[in-house]
Amino acid sequence: MTETKIKSLSRRQFIGYSGAAAFVAGAQMALPLPAWARVPGSQAIVDRHGIKDVAAKSLYNLDIGYAPFNVNGRTGRSTAINGSVPGPLVKLREGDKVKLNVTNSLMDTEHSSIHWHGILVPFPMDGVPGVNFGGIAPGETYEYEYDVVQGGTYWYHSHSGFQEQTGTYGPLVIEPKGEEPFSYDRDYVIMLSDWSFEDPETIFRNINLSGDYYNYQKRTVWDFFDDISDRGLEKSVNDRLMWGNMRMSPVDLADVTGATYTYLMNGSAPNANWTGIFNPGETVRLRFINASAMSTFDVRIPGLNMDVVMADGKAVKPVNVHEFRMGTAETYDVLVRPRQDKPFTIFAESIDRSGYARGTLSPQAGLSAPVPPLRPRPVRKMEDIGMMAGMDMSNGKMMDHGNMDGMKAMDHGKMGHDPSAAGPNGPEPFKPEGDQSGVVMVITDPKDRLAEPGIGLGKDGWKVLTYKDLVSDEPQPYSPDVDREMTINVTANMERYMFSFDGKKFSEHPGPYLFRHNERLRLYLVNHTMMEHPVHLHGMWMQLENGQSHDKIPYKHTLLIKPGEKLSTLITPIEKGDWAFHCHLLYHMEAGMMQVVRVA
Amino acid sequence: MRHIILAALLVSISAPALAQMDHSAMGHSEQDGELPADYRDVETTPETGEPIQKYAVDAQDGAQKNFGLQLVHDNKVFYTLMGDRLEQRFQQGDNAALFDVQAWIGGDYNKLWLKTEGEYNTSKADWEETSVEALYSRNVASFWDVQGGYRHDFIPEADDRDFAALGVQGLAPYWFEVEATSYVSDEGDVSSVLEAEYELLLSQRLILQPRFETEVAVQDVKEYNIGSGITGFETGLRLRYEFSRKFAPYVGVSWEQSVGETKDLLQADGEQTNNTAFVTGIKFWF
Repeated sequence: MTETKIKSLSRRQFIGYSGAAAFVAGAQMALPLPAWARVPGSQAIVDRHGIKDVAAKSLYNLDIGYAPFNVNGRTGRSTAINGSVPGPLVKLREGDKVKLNVTNSLMDTEHSSIHWHGILVPFPMDGVPGVNFGGIAPGETYEYEYDVVQGGTYWYHSHSGFQEQTGTYGPLVIEPKGEEPFSYDRDYVIMLSDWSFEDPETIFRNINLSGDYYNYQKRTVWDFFDDISDRGLEKSVNDRLMWGNMRMSPVDLADVTGATYTYLMNGSAPNANWTGIFNPGETVRLRFINASAMSTFDVRIPGLNMDVVMADGKAVKPVNVHEFRMGTAETYDVLVRPRQDKPFTIFAESIDRSGYARGTLSPQAGLSAPVPPLRPRPVRKMEDIGMMAGMDMSNGKMMDHGNMDGMKAMDHGKMGHDPSAAGPNGPEPFKPEGDQSGVVMVITDPKDRLAEPGIGLGKDGWKVLTYKDLVSDEPQPYSPDVDREMTINVTANMERYMFSFDGKKFSEHPGPYLFRHNERLRLYLVNHTMMEHPVHLHGMWMQLENGQSHDKIPYKHTLLIKPGEKLSTLITPIEKGDWAFHCHLLYHMEAGMMQVVRVA
Repeated sequence: MRHIILAALLVSISAPALAQMDHSAMGHSEQDGELPADYRDVETTPETGEPIQKYAVDAQDGAQKNFGLQLVHDNKVFYTLMGDRLEQRFQQGDNAALFDVQAWIGGDYNKLWLKTEGEYNTSKADWEETSVEALYSRNVASFWDVQGGYRHDFIPEADDRDFAALGVQGLAPYWFEVEATSYVSDEGDVSSVLEAEYELLLSQRLILQPRFETEVAVQDVKEYNIGSGITGFETGLRLRYEFSRKFAPYVGVSWEQSVGETKDLLQADGEQTNNTAFVTGIKFWF
């Protein structure tokens, strides 16, 4: 790039900034956004390279307290950190001993807490009340102190009650000790979240009492007629009969939707248009973090290819994609190289297409690019939830196998060895025991779905990231020899809003699952529900067996498991103690999809 | 300059916290390496071929707790009040107001239900028959609860009746909301009531609800104009608009027909044996 070009850009940028200040100030005046999340030009403190030049520190003080939070002109009460939603950027350096003092100023709460999501810490530093410590009582400060042994993009959030829904989350970025296998000019955090003016207790109650409370995209009578003209009468009727027999809805994609949520990007509503600045020709690193309570996002930047270079904070060989799906709590780092001198929309659609978070990458503040329309809400097919393709209700096949109570008891014993599953045996078949009212469906023949982009994706004519694409670009310190295998089943009854592992809600398990210290464990996860669940394991990595050789299997702290899917991970439990293991959908966790893992 | 501003900002933010730490900080030193009270190391190494030990052995009774805290409360007790039908009925003869209101309190497994249904004759300004039920409800399958308890009928111009009740309530395949209950009266008379509802979405908020109800008596109870066999049925169609999930006004039509011996008894008594009503009302819950 020539000298003149740079100069002219800077000059225009300068004008852009001053012009944008007035534009953005109106929208954001009342938003107490932290420095890292501000639209450049809108505030006094602007780092023109995003967070690239923000110095890492080894001491942070985080104060969790109530603060007004403004979305689209309406003000609600948030549980903010240092007064802002999202909280401040915590930037650490690998190899440092860090100290993070967290104060609970929510004086009417039982406790608060901060969990460092994806960070390997000793047992008392993980921050889950009732597992790792007793929580932080109102007015008290808990001193987290640990050695940082990893680099990458992570986040932190409260693990107390529903505080995470109301704003107690922030980005955590760790500068690696060594060189990263890629370079870039600018560095932005893109933190996606979901905000509601309803009390989370009310949301939780509403979906408990009526599972489809927030679903305003159900199938109507007219959809049935449309379906008949598309697929014919027999198929349409069979489809209704099969779903009706299971008492499940093929359009149950998200429990809590845009009917109550405003989706946020870096704390800004779509029309506040969070903006990141670039100069054409630069490489921009975007650190996507799904900090929502209940939302799965499909992210794309129309007009730009993205190189996915990190998943859950760990480097992967670059994958060039146009879109990727993010389960709650996952993080993806992507590099984009905009060459044109024009703005690009960062578009994050919720999985049920009920809303989106949106921002702009722009050569100057105040610009915006067209916002794409929401795609039609997808409809699940039987195959999508792991049911046999072409299973036909009219000849009574399903009725023969299932007892009348849903799809239970299709017990064929141990299925034969499936070459797609890692290990000699594959997952242990699931036989629910005792009171089974919390389990609606048992999938006897779960599928390997790592190469599938997921429901509603992959048919747009562009490349969507899949788990199969992830090839680790990090050292593999752990042994390939597996000591033990364990299967954990993901189970639920949506109608009763009961969510569980192995058919048992948290309070019904006889005790914690046992992982052995420093063993090499193959953990199978099998999803017997018809929804995606972002399953998160604290305190250790899950290395996803996605067909790569052992030294290239990707590290994950959160795995979005698809309906009817089986997958396997290799785990080396490196720290003794008790660790939380749960679905990261906040209300699923609260409804019982949680367990303790004891490393002993 | 930027760094100075940042530093100043951070000092100002952290100052209160730092000040507080002196007297109220819970130093991690107390916590260092402190594992939960029930934590035990596992000494033995598993033998090859031994089935895996999935759970740690030192399990405690009830929900798991560390440091005296339970992680999540997945047995939350909820309660709700539901006005399924609160309607004015315009019909042959006297007009009436009907109420069908239910409430429950409980968790995933056990609930207490209260149900009441009755009519008020708005033309005569007089109460018609009203029933009140209190039922213990226990889930027995994914979609079904068994309910048992007590019912009392307030009957104008006759003695009130008491019943023991036992039934099932739940969601049948193909999304039919079903309630089937059998009653034994204090005189030993046995009867059963079946109710079924379905919902057809004309739009996300405009919902057509067919409803069907029938009753079967085992014995004649002439005092109350009940003949053995099917006593009658009622079927209705209500079109509601959900302004919110919790509040929906509706209009509809309801048709009642007495049959068999019951019909004969009613006819002999000069009572109506069928009735068509246009209804308008609200459905709500909170």
